[in-house]
Amino acid sequence: MDTADLRALHRLMVVARRLDEEAIAMQRQGALPGYAPAKGQEAAQVGSAAALDLSRDFAFPGYRDLGAAVAMGVDLVGYMASHHNVWHGGLYDAKASRLAPFNAVVAGPVTHAVGWALGAKLDDTGGAAITYFGDGASSEGDVHEAMNFAGVYRLPVVFFCQNNGWAISVPTREQVAGGSVAARAAGYGIEGHRVDGNDVLAVFEATRAALDRARDGGGPTVIEAMTYRMGPHSTSDDPGRYRTLAEEQEWSERDPLAVAARQLSAEDVAAAEEHAAAVVREVREGLLALEARPVEELFSFTYREPTKALLEQQRVWEESLDA
Amino acid sequence: MPELSLQQALNLALQHACEDDDRVLVFGQDVGTLGGVFRVTDGLREKFGERRVFDTPLAESAIMGTAVGLAMHGWRPVPEIQFDGFSYPAVDQIVNQVARMHFRSRGALPMPITLRLPSFGGIRAPEHHGESLEALFAHVPGLKVVSPSTPSEGYHLLRQAIADPDPVIFMEPKSRYWHRESFDPTEPVPAVPPGTSRVAREGEHATLIAWGAMVSRCLQVAELAAEDGVELEVVDLRWLKPIDVDGLAASVAKTRRAVVVHEAPLTAGLGAEVSALVTERCFADLRAPVQRVTGFDVPYPSGALEDEYLPSVDRILLAIQTTLEYRRG
Repeated sequence: MDTADLRALHRLMVVARRLDEEAIAMQRQGALPGYAPAKGQEAAQVGSAAALDLSRDFAFPGYRDLGAAVAMGVDLVGYMASHHNVWHGGLYDAKASRLAPFNAVVAGPVTHAVGWALGAKLDDTGGAAITYFGDGASSEGDVHEAMNFAGVYRLPVVFFCQNNGWAISVPTREQVAGGSVAARAAGYGIEGHRVDGNDVLAVFEATRAALDRARDGGGPTVIEAMTYRMGPHSTSDDPGRYRTLAEEQEWSERDPLAVAARQLSAEDVAAAEEHAAAVVREVREGLLALEARPVEELFSFTYREPTKALLEQQRVWEESLDA
Repeated sequence: MPELSLQQALNLALQHACEDDDRVLVFGQDVGTLGGVFRVTDGLREKFGERRVFDTPLAESAIMGTAVGLAMHGWRPVPEIQFDGFSYPAVDQIVNQVARMHFRSRGALPMPITLRLPSFGGIRAPEHHGESLEALFAHVPGLKVVSPSTPSEGYHLLRQAIADPDPVIFMEPKSRYWHRESFDPTEPVPAVPPGTSRVAREGEHATLIAWGAMVSRCLQVAELAAEDGVELEVVDLRWLKPIDVDGLAASVAKTRRAVVVHEAPLTAGLGAEVSALVTERCFADLRAPVQRVTGFDVPYPSGALEDEYLPSVDRILLAIQTTLEYRRG
């Protein structure tokens, strides 16, 4: 997206929201083993990912960044296959999609983004990396190591923190000393900005500015998008045990979809819903049609050049099938 | 024929790897200006510039994490972690990311990373500078592990590791850095792909199996034993994952007795895996249980106790005596 186009951003957010709701429904129907709902964080995810240049940038998501996958045009059945327990990392082509396979180690990929950004700088492609992490992950040592490393080498990377108020059951005030992840940037000598994470245009503009700065040799930026996880941490979590309905109510009035919709016509909103419904139908059908991968694939991807021992284990396994 | 130390041979291997493939990057703590604390990267920054040979902040996890990102971008990272004992902070990245990225991405994101790790004991070093981590890394699916025993082995195995399309943990026996050998690195040698061992000395009465610094100790033992008419075969395992089972079986089929020697503690050390493999493959040939001569199940000790901890010539000779005298029931 070259310029902030609210209608297009809203359309993407609605797809993310409706797909998110569908995933929760499928989990309750027993069709999806588990899921980490992203409801409430669509503006942060869509606004930032839409600012990327997919011809040269690369994104490193966490496990609650469906909106980024939607905005980047990733094959959503392939993306959801990870939640569907078909393949850790999904069935889409991570390299071609410019979206790394997500994994459950929070903050692990933050250092990968720094390495990727270093690679881009060495190759002089003008590419930048964005890494998604939460307020909880910001406590991990890897985030410090990554920001310090990127600051030392002035690398083209955007540290995009979605501060959604809760790291499972622990609120930000008990998680982030000093109260702000963006404020930490100053200590690394890099730019740090807080942005309203429920305002998709504000997020887009802040991310676009950070990416432009990165490409121009201005180094890394920390963006702290203040948002809220409207749903549970995962489909097996019970937020009622740690937060109040009043707080949830307060944030629901700032629902990023509603914020955007207020600036659009009723026709635009209706068209977005219609489009999202079609996407959800397609993804649902695709997911239900997904079959378990052939068991041989257990052996296919561990190594580029498998060890003899592994090939032997595969041979014995195949023999056991015939027995 | 030039005479090279292991440190020089590894330095040359890095130099040639950088010359042959401009995607190779050398980085880590103090590898640039200083040339590494063991001087293995000496002069490389002058030759290849700071884009390809650079110092990193003191951050092991970030060193491995950035290696992952660089590999995803198409580079061939050869990071160094300064000492074995300081690789623990990077174990999360090595195990959860480096080793799994190819699997997770279904082959879209290969990880041709070679982690150089000065390893093992024997130099009277401070605490955390004498660890043997091969069993930990060999246990991780997706990794390959190798350790050279001599300068020429170091040269060729490092070239092989860097050329390998999978992540390789390259364990440099730091007590052998200054050991010298005459060899011509430009002379072609048979390839040493993962899973090839070598017979360092031929013998017929028992097989000693070792890697890294323990190979030279086993050769020393074999010299002494030969004076008493006992001819020991010494197998330099080289690759600790994958292990050359065929090579071990060929040797043990001939000698019918095996003794594994390693610096790491006994329990769940790699010797257990070697012993199991040899027993599975050579049960009928074996005339005695596979013996293990190892460090003890204690933290690596201070220099004053190092010689007691490391497998000594006497302890290895005793194990050989045990295996030669073994009688069933």
